[in-house]
Amino acid sequence: MYAVVAGGGKVGANVARSLLRLGHEVTLIEQRRDRFERLEEEFEHQVQRGDATELHVLERAGVARPPDLVLALTGDDEDNLVIAQIAKEKYGVEKVISRVNDPRNQAHFDLLGIAPTVCATSSIMALVEHEVPEHDLIHLLELRQENLEIVEVQIDRDSPSAGKHIEALDLPDGARLISVMRAGHAEIAVGSTQLEAGDQVLAILEPGKEDELRRVLLRR
Amino acid sequence: MNALIIGCGRVGSSIAIQLQQEGWDVTVVDENEDALSRLGDHWAGSFIVGHGMDVDLLREAGIEEADAVIAATDGDNTNVVIGQVAQKRFDIGCVVVRVLDPARADFYVDRGLRVVCPTKTAIDTLTEAVRSCQIPSAKVVT
Repeated sequence: MYAVVAGGGKVGANVARSLLRLGHEVTLIEQRRDRFERLEEEFEHQVQRGDATELHVLERAGVARPPDLVLALTGDDEDNLVIAQIAKEKYGVEKVISRVNDPRNQAHFDLLGIAPTVCATSSIMALVEHEVPEHDLIHLLELRQENLEIVEVQIDRDSPSAGKHIEALDLPDGARLISVMRAGHAEIAVGSTQLEAGDQVLAILEPGKEDELRRVLLRR
Repeated sequence: MNALIIGCGRVGSSIAIQLQQEGWDVTVVDENEDALSRLGDHWAGSFIVGHGMDVDLLREAGIEEADAVIAATDGDNTNVVIGQVAQKRFDIGCVVVRVLDPARADFYVDRGLRVVCPTKTAIDTLTEAVRSCQIPSAKVVT
């Protein structure tokens, strides 16, 4: 596989190194001279110096071949957005993965159809939410392209759903229960599954249905 | 009519003053509060400190009521992202974007942005200026 990695900071350099170790062909692009010189000692001809949002720099790195994969991993979200747009739409690169630095910019990537994206801050916050639950409904996974999300809900003694069969719950449209975890064992949720206090329930739902789901399962 | 200008450098501030003199209600956004001084002592429009990629700030700056949005920061990529957000998310009909790099300018023109490329204008104007010089023919021949 041939991959172009834009951005030679910690993320880009580590990704490039990992891809090379897996035996892939890689070109890393870094703009800053000091960083480039350090990278050159390790990556030799596999790192090029330049602004990866400039077409001639991308072309020198072989974007017109086109590569199997372009990774937009700079520390600037606007640069990553532009790199992704150029790679996809001008050079027909099929797979582009972009880094989102500021989670508030995620909406811009979504708006411009840049997917998949990876945001370290969002991932860490999702883990924090999972490890230190402040909310009764925890977001586990966002399926952006599908416009769905997977959440976890803990059923407790006061929950109106405790003791009920799933088929008897008045679940909102656009929300389904996936599985029920009880005493360390998970089972696929079916109509006849009876919920109990202490169950951890996974649900898939359209964004915005959280409150309705919460009401049915937890009455909150 | 309302104009929202992102970037208050030499270009953004001059457009702001010009449009205001023509009767527009103008709001200017810049990351640096010192940029306000570029608008002069008699600036009667709004000035907001912040980054143009910030959607909450764009709302505060009145993008939803804007008739025109001008992205004129010193970053080409910032401008094309703000321009596309104004066009696609806020449905602004008149979005004008400054892009210095001619290659990127062409790419975004093809994608439906109204791009102004000062570098291209300079190249054309300078080339034309050279062509129009009256150079004695004796000097041209080596």
